[in-house]
Amino acid sequence: MADRDAEAVDPLRPADAIDGKGEPADGTGDGITSPKLGFVGWMRWGWRQLTSMRTALVLLLLLAIAAVPGSIVPQRSADPNGVSQYFSSNPTLAPILDKMQLFDVYSSAWFSAIYILLFVSLIGCIIPRTKHHFTALRARPPRTPARLARLEDHRESLVELEPGEDAGHAASRAVDLAASLLRKGGYRIERYDSRGSASVSAERGYLRETGNLIFHTALVGVLVAVGLGGGFTYTGQRVIVQGTTFVNSVGTDYSSFNPGRFVDPDSLTPYTLKLDKFDVTYVPFGQKDAGQAGDFAAHLTTQLPGQSAQTGTVRVNHPLQIAGDDVYLLGNGYAPTITVRNAKGEVVFHDTVPFLPQDNNMTSIGVVKVADGLPEQLGFVGFFYPTQVKLGSGAFSSAYPNLLNPVLTLNVYGGDLGINNGIPRSVYALDPTGMTQLTGGKTGVKSIELSPGQTTQLPKGYGTITFENDSPAGAKDQSQAVKRFVSLSIHHDAAGPWALAFAVLAIAGLLLALFVPRRRMWVKATPAGDGLRIEYAALARGEDPTLKAAVDDLAAKHAKALDAAGAASVPDQAAKAPSVD
Amino acid sequence: MLSLEELSVWLVWTAIAIYALAFIAYTWDLATRSAKSLDEKDAAKARERELVAAGGGSVPSADELHREQDRAEAALRAAPRDRTRPVFARIGTALTWLGFLCQVAADITRGVAAGRVPWADMYEFALTGTMLMIGVYLLSLFFYDLRFLGAFITGLVVLLLGLTSMNFYVAISPLMDPLKSPWLVIHVFVASLATAIFALAFGLSVMQLMQQRREHKIVAAQLAGPDDAPVKVGWGFLRNLPSSESLESLSYRFAIIGFIFWSFTLVAGSIWANYAWGRFWGFDTKEVWTFIIWVVYAGYIHARATRGWRGTRSAWLNIIGFSAVMFNFTIVNLFFKGLHVYSGLTTAS
Ligand code: HEM
Repeated sequence: MADRDAEAVDPLRPADAIDGKGEPADGTGDGITSPKLGFVGWMRWGWRQLTSMRTALVLLLLLAIAAVPGSIVPQRSADPNGVSQYFSSNPTLAPILDKMQLFDVYSSAWFSAIYILLFVSLIGCIIPRTKHHFTALRARPPRTPARLARLEDHRESLVELEPGEDAGHAASRAVDLAASLLRKGGYRIERYDSRGSASVSAERGYLRETGNLIFHTALVGVLVAVGLGGGFTYTGQRVIVQGTTFVNSVGTDYSSFNPGRFVDPDSLTPYTLKLDKFDVTYVPFGQKDAGQAGDFAAHLTTQLPGQSAQTGTVRVNHPLQIAGDDVYLLGNGYAPTITVRNAKGEVVFHDTVPFLPQDNNMTSIGVVKVADGLPEQLGFVGFFYPTQVKLGSGAFSSAYPNLLNPVLTLNVYGGDLGINNGIPRSVYALDPTGMTQLTGGKTGVKSIELSPGQTTQLPKGYGTITFENDSPAGAKDQSQAVKRFVSLSIHHDAAGPWALAFAVLAIAGLLLALFVPRRRMWVKATPAGDGLRIEYAALARGEDPTLKAAVDDLAAKHAKALDAAGAASVPDQAAKAPSVD
Repeated sequence: MLSLEELSVWLVWTAIAIYALAFIAYTWDLATRSAKSLDEKDAAKARERELVAAGGGSVPSADELHREQDRAEAALRAAPRDRTRPVFARIGTALTWLGFLCQVAADITRGVAAGRVPWADMYEFALTGTMLMIGVYLLSLFFYDLRFLGAFITGLVVLLLGLTSMNFYVAISPLMDPLKSPWLVIHVFVASLATAIFALAFGLSVMQLMQQRREHKIVAAQLAGPDDAPVKVGWGFLRNLPSSESLESLSYRFAIIGFIFWSFTLVAGSIWANYAWGRFWGFDTKEVWTFIIWVVYAGYIHARATRGWRGTRSAWLNIIGFSAVMFNFTIVNLFFKGLHVYSGLTTAS
């Protein structure tokens, strides 16, 4: 190091940083060579290892490698269906992978271990550096090195003295000029004059280290925000059929609800959402990509307790905000209204049932369960085709996602629905064990097939079933004959905004840390013969590709300033001259 | 009459053809320049030495190596006006400009035909991404004489653009709903820009490793003495390149600019994900790879600041980083399952 004194205010770096001042990189330091290392000694040694640059680097690379398998093996968090599929197609391998937590990579013990170690290392790195940086911010620039010529970026020039000018005085004046140039350039300066020479020591770019610390601290901020904020976050899902209302309260209305650890499910704001209308556009028949859906929009009526109702719209990329929650559109589909009557003509079932879409043309599957009012319990497994066509094989299919030729087909099962024994059953699936198929398949009885408004007989003379036409009065076609439903996802995200703020802070810090040049400059003037020898030298702290240019620039500007000062002093002396004469 | 969409395809193939010619010119330049650009004196000296060494190859002395590299360093930083004027490199650059203009026209016509930004399916990512690669290269020529990277950049672009045009071309189709967002404009564009900058950093790191090998061999050859069997110290064009150290710091500068843009991509992507999918971060495959790439480059930046890692090792990390970027664009887009199914190559089901 050229400037021993200067080291006192260097940014404190881990020992093995390029410009750190610690032991050699082979790393063992003095710890391992000393024969007896007490407990405290070992702890200290371990801590130093953990907070070294090499460890940070290795942990970063480990983190990158450890993240890879999660992109290859399906993850429970992102793709639960993929995981089930993986289990059924790889029955021997899957359990082994599961043991290794490969379906939950990002919450696995090994992945967590890596990032926790990394962050411990990070904090261990930040704290001493921050303390040190505060001291450095208040310190004066270091003493001018005795031999500037030893520095790589070094210039020298000779300036003639004005006749009769005192060399020491001139040196001091030249350095004054340099000092003011440097100060204008954003440097912090300190004069170090000694017998025989005058010099200024200047330093700039403290913001580089500040930026670096902001960056690393903000990373901790992101992690803390995600970790803590997750506890106050909840998400829930709900299907809403056109015309019906949802109340934001757990227990009654959510079909699924995932609260964070600190969420009190009883304290949700009980606002209501009603689906008035669902809009979607489809690329028309005959065009490329016919049937591609877009511009989804769920028009809702929202109401906060004690306030008047308002309307709002949920679109993809445009969630609806209400009471601190965000409401997202997850999916949509058709919900045929079905009425079942018994042999006496009494209504035993009447509901609008969401059918889940299976393909781009909205072929949909749904289930109707009639538990009471008939001689036995009936289950209906239905297919809904918004635009029904018959394939060559005789099977039905949907050719277009809009309602051009809506048809509902149903297969009927009789027996025990299994809903009375307290085991929760999905409303979208029918478990036919213990039931007898009454229509379709091998029964020889034709499946039920209905268009909106049609009614047909149930098998065994149980009664009738009607596919209601939900068109408004006076409708000319079937485009509104079947109601729509949407599935909404409701989020309360306490972590996001904080994490985002820290991320933005991190990038700002990064910009400073990477692009603010941190350097020291010295200008020294020494009387030499009839003139002054002026030296300029600079030293970069960290990456500084513009250092050389900066020295050249300073030397040029200073020369010019000296010239100007000299020129100014000529008339000055000329003015004085007569009086001396 | 050609439709705009078809015109765009024609322009793309024209650009590819021109880049291919540029690639040939640049390669020719690399192959021949080493001999030509030696100035008279050095050439005479080299001839003399060759005579003396009786065919003993042309291992430069340490002094010569230094002089060579100082000259290369000055050439690297020379203002465009003061640069050497090797004919084939100039032809290469002129052709690259011509190809670039065609490609910009192709990109714009595609965008106009689609009525949106031209980066919404895999073919378009490649089209815009490679355009930015060339653009960043041409722009950097105003600051550094990087023409020695011309063959690498034009070669890479011919390969990427040619392969995607042949295999992944899709006709313009309307945007899927999640893509209808201003974030498409920002996030994807910045990601492509970062990729383009990483490409240059990658090229420089490769050159750095080659140069480093040459430097080592020269030192070894000198230690061995002149009487030993002649050694080959590496490709001739390397003698016109700056020192490995200089290449390394240049590579680093590109990489950190790329890293900033990539960080922005990461953050912008998670903001968009929150609007489109209702969460900032969900470890979707594409998110995972964006993260992996970010961490690798953070590792690279650390390696540059870690004793014992500067030089070869950090160069390899830079190379790994760019390989991950390319992997993300190709393999992950095509074969990995996830929410980012916007290659336009399969109809979503
Ligand atoms: C969470 C993991 C980490 C990430 C993502 C990360 C990322 C970065 C980045 C991007 C830089 C370049 C910007 C700058 O110079 O400020 C950097 C620099 C630096 N990091 Fe980290 N870092 C991490 C952890 C650590 C740890 C644990 C340490 C302590 C051992 C550390 C010490 C440093 C130092 C000393 C520099 C300055 C390097 C230089 O002088 O160029 N970092 N880090």
